[in-house]
Amino acid sequence: MRQPNTDTPPSKQAVISIRGIGKTYASGHQALKSIDLDIRPGEIFALLGPNGAGKTTLINIVCGTVTPSNGTVCVNGFDIQQDYRQARAQIGLVPQELLTGAFESVEATVRFSRGLFGKPPSPATLEKILRQLSLWDKREARVMTLSGGMKRRLLIAKALSHEPRVLFLDEPTAGVDVELRRDMWAMVRQLREQGVTIILTTHYIEEAEEMADRIGVINQGEIIVVEEKQALMNQLGKKQLVLTLVSSLTVVPSELASYPLELSADGYTLIYTFDAQKEHNQIPELLRHLAVLGIDFRDLHSRESSLEDIFVNLIATGGSL
Amino acid sequence: MNLHGIRAIYLYEMARAWRTLAQSIASPILSTSLYFVVFGAAIGSRMGAIDGISYGAFIIPGLLMLSLLSESISNASFGIYFPKFTGTIYEILSAPISALEIVLGFVGAAASKSVILGALILATARLFVDYEIAHPFWMVAFLLLTAVTFSLFGFIIGLWADDFQKLQIIPLMVIMPLTFLGGAFYSIDMLPEPWQTISLFNPVVYLISGFRWSFYGVADVNVLTSFGMVCFFLFVCLLMVAWIFRTGYRLKN
Repeated sequence: MRQPNTDTPPSKQAVISIRGIGKTYASGHQALKSIDLDIRPGEIFALLGPNGAGKTTLINIVCGTVTPSNGTVCVNGFDIQQDYRQARAQIGLVPQELLTGAFESVEATVRFSRGLFGKPPSPATLEKILRQLSLWDKREARVMTLSGGMKRRLLIAKALSHEPRVLFLDEPTAGVDVELRRDMWAMVRQLREQGVTIILTTHYIEEAEEMADRIGVINQGEIIVVEEKQALMNQLGKKQLVLTLVSSLTVVPSELASYPLELSADGYTLIYTFDAQKEHNQIPELLRHLAVLGIDFRDLHSRESSLEDIFVNLIATGGSL
Repeated sequence: MNLHGIRAIYLYEMARAWRTLAQSIASPILSTSLYFVVFGAAIGSRMGAIDGISYGAFIIPGLLMLSLLSESISNASFGIYFPKFTGTIYEILSAPISALEIVLGFVGAAASKSVILGALILATARLFVDYEIAHPFWMVAFLLLTAVTFSLFGFIIGLWADDFQKLQIIPLMVIMPLTFLGGAFYSIDMLPEPWQTISLFNPVVYLISGFRWSFYGVADVNVLTSFGMVCFFLFVCLLMVAWIFRTGYRLKN
């Protein structure tokens, strides 16, 4: 088992500073190896990873529901174990599953959450949060009568009830319809504008691509990449030029061997892959070459690799760039 | 200290009792009333006085203790088990609240409900039989200590249980028989040997005996021994709760 990384002290600038966090369950399963991670104030950080990668374990450790086997976590300089009151008071957690009560009213359960986190009752704050999440009209409804989407929003309302500085959203849009997902993204951005730091885990790469400022990729209990989203896409992103030919080809002509070209199975599509970062991409030369060889095309378009392509590639290569 | 947190848990648990009024208050009062009708009025009228106390009055402390023990355990165990069952315990575990504060909220609410129930049962008993309370201070002390101790015990059961059967098994298979055999309906003196001596190993005997002494000034065992035993149970329960929270047993991981 790795020891905490004592060489790197907790960052003073980071809102959350994770050093050498490891977790081995009683069953012997090592969920986290030795995680070092800093979350900056006011950012939206997306933690991506396949099932069982350790995303939820890491979140649960920071939030105090799982005890780490080793390492330290500081929230705004407060250690989550020694200064757990100050640390936890700044965090709101929206769990992955729809873990709500059943018989109490929406209003009562949000009021309970605020009190639990040490805040005095505040009807005005409660109203503001419930209105923001479109739950105000349902405030007297029993939790069990809410739809899945409403329960998801209720969990967010509960997590926001004590006005946390940091909000953890564990798979916030799992099983949520497209419209609600868009609403939730808008709400997350609104929270960020209010100064709340947001850490979200997601399976939907599109979600991270849409919202995150920075992205961390976790796999088999290790963080393999932490990077600005745009930088990650720029570094790892590849562009492709897709040409739809007038007549099919059987093979790529030998005169074009110097270009990284792929021919589709039906021979009608030629795909040229190039590095988006390079200033000179050789597209004009390729097009001239095609004209000389009498290869006509009736359509061309370019496409960029998505974060999903990057993610799949990262997982496959174990994080090597 | 997170007083708002304690208050939130306490009020939440008390609200649960109001939501389930029929189960938490009406049902125990009805069952105790039935005991009074059957054992107090019907059978009791044909039984002689015990230690100079009419049978109807004699069984009041035992019946009250029976309800107190079972309701304290049931309220506290369900209060902590249900969030574990639904998964909403995550919120309590991630809150800036200490183990002691969590216990104060849950156990405080369960004990409050038991004390309210005890007062209602006493008021109900008045409808069926006449009784008097010789030592009101001690009666309240026994009532409070027993409610707190068995609410703590219920809290431990709620933490330990990982299914509904385990939640029920201790109250039904252990507490109920011990209470029936603990002198709720008879004086230990009425038993032949060796049952009289065996009964002294039943902890509930001490609770009922001390409680009955506070009503009528008569007891099967010395009242200080009874009081000491209640304090001992309380201490054991406190130790167990402290251990559970220190190790995270059945709560974390």
